[in-house]
Amino acid sequence: MLAQVVFYVFAAVLLLSGTMVISVRNPVHAVLFLILAFFNAAGLFLIAGAEFLAMLLVIVYVGAVAVLFLFVVMMLDVDFTQLREGLQRNAPIGACVGAILFAELVMAFSNWTMAPASAVASVQAAPGLTNTAALGTLIYTHYVLLFQACGLVLLVAMIGAIVLTLRQTGSGRRQNIEKQHARTREDTLELVQLPLGENVLEQGGFLRPGSSYYEIAVPGSYGSAEQHKEAEKEETGA
Amino acid sequence: MAQFFYHTLAGQIILMLLETLAVLVPLLIAVAYLTLMERKVMAAMQRRRGPNVNGPFGMLQAFADAIKMITKETVIPAGANRALFLFAPFLTFSLAMLAWAVIPTGNGLAVADINVGILYLLAISSLGVYGILIAGWASNSRYAFLGGLRSAAQMVSYEVSIGLVIVSVLLAVGSLNLNDIVLAQRHIWFCVPMFPMFIVFFISALAETNRAPFDLPEGESELVAGFFVEYSSLAFGLFFLGEYANMILMSGMISILFLGGWLPPLGWHRLHGCRVRSG
Repeated sequence: MLAQVVFYVFAAVLLLSGTMVISVRNPVHAVLFLILAFFNAAGLFLIAGAEFLAMLLVIVYVGAVAVLFLFVVMMLDVDFTQLREGLQRNAPIGACVGAILFAELVMAFSNWTMAPASAVASVQAAPGLTNTAALGTLIYTHYVLLFQACGLVLLVAMIGAIVLTLRQTGSGRRQNIEKQHARTREDTLELVQLPLGENVLEQGGFLRPGSSYYEIAVPGSYGSAEQHKEAEKEETGA
Repeated sequence: MAQFFYHTLAGQIILMLLETLAVLVPLLIAVAYLTLMERKVMAAMQRRRGPNVNGPFGMLQAFADAIKMITKETVIPAGANRALFLFAPFLTFSLAMLAWAVIPTGNGLAVADINVGILYLLAISSLGVYGILIAGWASNSRYAFLGGLRSAAQMVSYEVSIGLVIVSVLLAVGSLNLNDIVLAQRHIWFCVPMFPMFIVFFISALAETNRAPFDLPEGESELVAGFFVEYSSLAFGLFFLGEYANMILMSGMISILFLGGWLPPLGWHRLHGCRVRSG
């Protein structure tokens, strides 16, 4: 009885906040409603007995993904008139996609048979196992290869994102590792005994390295030999 | 009597309320006296006396401050998003209280002894970012917004290291239940075999609660006070309580994960005949 009431509360708030996500004007409010939707979905998982999945949903989606959404949306300066124009231009395409999805849903549901007892049967976990242990056994014992394949797909996506957004601008500092390893203490450090009461600057200053960072920078990166010369040229006007 | 409390709905609800109060009231009193202690210690470091007027040794200072805070006017800045502005402190405070539901203070003595306790703690502490982000955004102030972004960025980044430390403890325990984590330390506290992890957790906990030397988000000299610049009266009080409750929660987590919870170190409970149910 109580569980049913809680289920309907969570489900109603979930649907309501899902509707609000696409209908509110303010993008920050939209993201906050999305977070509310995630949270209620976690509540539904909890009622279904999947406590591990519920916690994971909150940690991953609410705690990490949605925070990044919120960061981006808060920092962006969203222009509403521009958005309105885009809406009118893209409305036919959007309507097409929506119609196709709706037709597919209708087709799927027309062939859906619901067993009256299935909802009760699915709640029963394996005897003597906690939720987490049952999931762990499934993923790491029975379906370990599929699980590894999923991980590989995610890894490819991650590397792809990095490759797509990485730009060599020549402003990064990269060292020639062999040269850096070959440097010795004598090349870089000089211990000077200064006479008491004398001005340090008159004795040659604080920094007197034998070799500098510019010599070990990789060509094309910040501070490499050619960039250094160009910078000097600009400074001297030669 | 037992019949009423355990077998009727009203009795169970009353019992639940009493359990909750038994956790939250000591927590709030602890917040009151830990702030007093902090002020006393800081005063001693600066050769001042600290609060010493209200009550003996200034013991009633925190309550005087609370009454002052409640009776002050709530100022909502012009152009602020009213609903979100008032929602943020409530969120921060209630999350700080919610997390205490799973903290065990004795064998099986938790309000909710759930199987995924440590994940619950991680989930609640990752929700804490929203109170800060919403407060910073809804204040309609540059200082608050910058402070909120800084705070949120810091919390999100140190959550990763906290997660990794928790994973290493979980590998040693083999359970997500906080009670089992404590009972796994009955031979030796985890801070001995996992000393580096203990240090990492301590540093991350400092960063997570924005305490010195990680009080960059507060940035007194450039951001005034961070994300809660615009808050006053009870709303500020809720942020304050939430922040200090979070500090005690982090200390509680260190205690559960590394310092053996309610158990004495090195299996000394055998010496004085304390019985520990094996987990």
